[in-house]
Amino acid sequence: MTRAWVVALTAAAAVPAGGLVPRPLAAQDSTAIDRGVRIGILYRPGVRPGMVVLPGGASTLDSVRAIIARDLDYSDRFELITLPAGDSIRVATAPPPPPAGARGAASAAKTTAGSAGHAGAAATGLNYPLYQALGADFAVAIATPTPDTTVVTVHDVAAGGVRREFRAHVPPLRDPGFRLAVHHVADRILEATLGVAGTAATRVLVVLDGKVYSMDQDATDFALVSAGDRAALSPAWGPDGRRFAYMEFWQGHGRLIVQDVGTGKRSPVATSGQALDFTPAFSPDGKTIAFSRATDEGTDIYTVNYRENCCLQRLTVGRFSDNLSPTYSPDGRRIAFVSTRAGAPQIYVMAADGTDQQLFAPFDYGVTGSSYAPDWSPDGQSVAFHREVGGTYQVFVLDVRTRGVRQLTSLGRNEDPTWAPDSRHMAFVSDRAGFRQIWIVDVETGRIRALVPHSGARLPAWSPRLPETAASTP
Amino acid sequence: MKRFEMLVLGGLAAVTVAAACGGGAKPTPPAPQTANVDSAAQAERARQDSLERARQDSLRRAQEEAARLAAQRTADSLAAIGRSADAVKALLATMIHFDFDKANVKSEEASILDQKVAILQANPNLKIRITGNCDERGSDEYNLALGNRRAIAAKQYLVSHGVDAGRIETASNGKEKPIDGGHTEEAWAKNRNDQTDIAAGGDSLKQP
Repeated sequence: MTRAWVVALTAAAAVPAGGLVPRPLAAQDSTAIDRGVRIGILYRPGVRPGMVVLPGGASTLDSVRAIIARDLDYSDRFELITLPAGDSIRVATAPPPPPAGARGAASAAKTTAGSAGHAGAAATGLNYPLYQALGADFAVAIATPTPDTTVVTVHDVAAGGVRREFRAHVPPLRDPGFRLAVHHVADRILEATLGVAGTAATRVLVVLDGKVYSMDQDATDFALVSAGDRAALSPAWGPDGRRFAYMEFWQGHGRLIVQDVGTGKRSPVATSGQALDFTPAFSPDGKTIAFSRATDEGTDIYTVNYRENCCLQRLTVGRFSDNLSPTYSPDGRRIAFVSTRAGAPQIYVMAADGTDQQLFAPFDYGVTGSSYAPDWSPDGQSVAFHREVGGTYQVFVLDVRTRGVRQLTSLGRNEDPTWAPDSRHMAFVSDRAGFRQIWIVDVETGRIRALVPHSGARLPAWSPRLPETAASTP
Repeated sequence: MKRFEMLVLGGLAAVTVAAACGGGAKPTPPAPQTANVDSAAQAERARQDSLERARQDSLRRAQEEAARLAAQRTADSLAAIGRSADAVKALLATMIHFDFDKANVKSEEASILDQKVAILQANPNLKIRITGNCDERGSDEYNLALGNRRAIAAKQYLVSHGVDAGRIETASNGKEKPIDGGHTEEAWAKNRNDQTDIAAGGDSLKQP
């Protein structure tokens, strides 16, 4: 039956061609390509470098190793290799040859016998053929010659030598800065191996039960950050990672709060609070906040210099249509936003001063579903948003240059995407596991993980790379 | 008892007539009366006194009754006023509902807003706040804008029917405060609404 149909179609297609030249049967596919839409996550199977984080050291070091190994795994850039039997592998390391570097010997002397092999190896080399046989391209050894100094040795297994060795200050386990310091070490390893900047030292803000919470990108250090007695929504990070903003329900209105990460100090934006102000977004220079203001005339986008509480400027005049959810391009020159000017909400773009407003993500009037919540990627190339498809929401990515649109998710309801600073990972809300929570997808590989098991977490905001709070390089 | 009274009255009347007829030339002075006449007069006085007392008693009772009735009437009417104020508040709080992702006032719900117009006109000091709400299906942030549009749709209706715009505040909860936490079409329909609260002047509301 099917076969007959295909044959008939081929014949029909061949007739207008007027010859034996076979016509493509992929009409549907080419239509999809023309519209720039692809369904489903695009998997690109490829060979990722193997990475092994070598065992050894004290118990604190175990948690340091565990955090670093997880960070490297979550970078989605390595095949993490689990050693079948850590200690036996360690025993199998090559004995240090006599001309060991003085520095390696000195650090080895201070450590336990177990880690001495690695510290020595830092200068002398591992049993590289063994690790190569295990599939490792890189091996990382971590040692703590003194309590507050961590020495990291990155081996290039394929080249058979030490690629880089660096020292980092990691405070004690119970220190509030401990985890962030370890995440910074993980990012330096990524930089040392692949030469790319990581996202380990980042945090994600989410809304849970109407409050804003903060957590590391590996879901640890989960903490309430907004006021415990007021409902808050729409957290957004400042470009330097030292402050964030959110909207707070206040006296029947909505006002914007800017909060300092270090001190926790909350400062209301003075020009807000007279109406319903929401969806704040920092400009990349950190001077301006763009936001939505709902009034008797509908919702429009405004900007304000929040530091001096001045220079309130109205960017859109919707005349009873809604304009909301601004997001800046990383060069600060453009703002993508949601507008209902054509009826259903869709993604538009304008210059940062409100001029040159135009459609951004193309849509078929009356066919394409409503689109919401744009987030401009830090590399400037993409705008993620969610769009109604078949009665639910899916995450899409708009290519800024070609204005092609690609569907990224298809399982369950998926919404409110936020880019990681590497423009490769993205957090979003999904109910694919039966309840709404935050998921993270690597858009390169399609690998996906639940960020946090808190049911009902939503409106995620992924931080930029966070500054190191303490000096980490001696 | 009744019969006895009649006999006594008849006897007294006969005595009086006899006295009047007997002293035809000169009026009989009241002082030199016979013992019989005296006792009759005393009886008459006693009778008059008792009648008077009875009259006063009944008068007093009537006054008390009137006062009681008046108090009852006052209480009743106060209760009625209270009842009508409650009724007005209930009318004022009646929600209007919307279709999914829509903010237009449905024609079948306009009468609910007409009642609010009448209440606002009957109570010139009354100010209200209209808050728009949305169901859980829409996008979180967009729903703040949608709820706002639902609130201003009702406000525009009231203003177009003669209510001063300054008496109506608007607000939006988006989908943050559902009145029904369910995940059914029925719950969603309930949660797509405008709620009306008294912002000021809500004491002793008059019925329109």
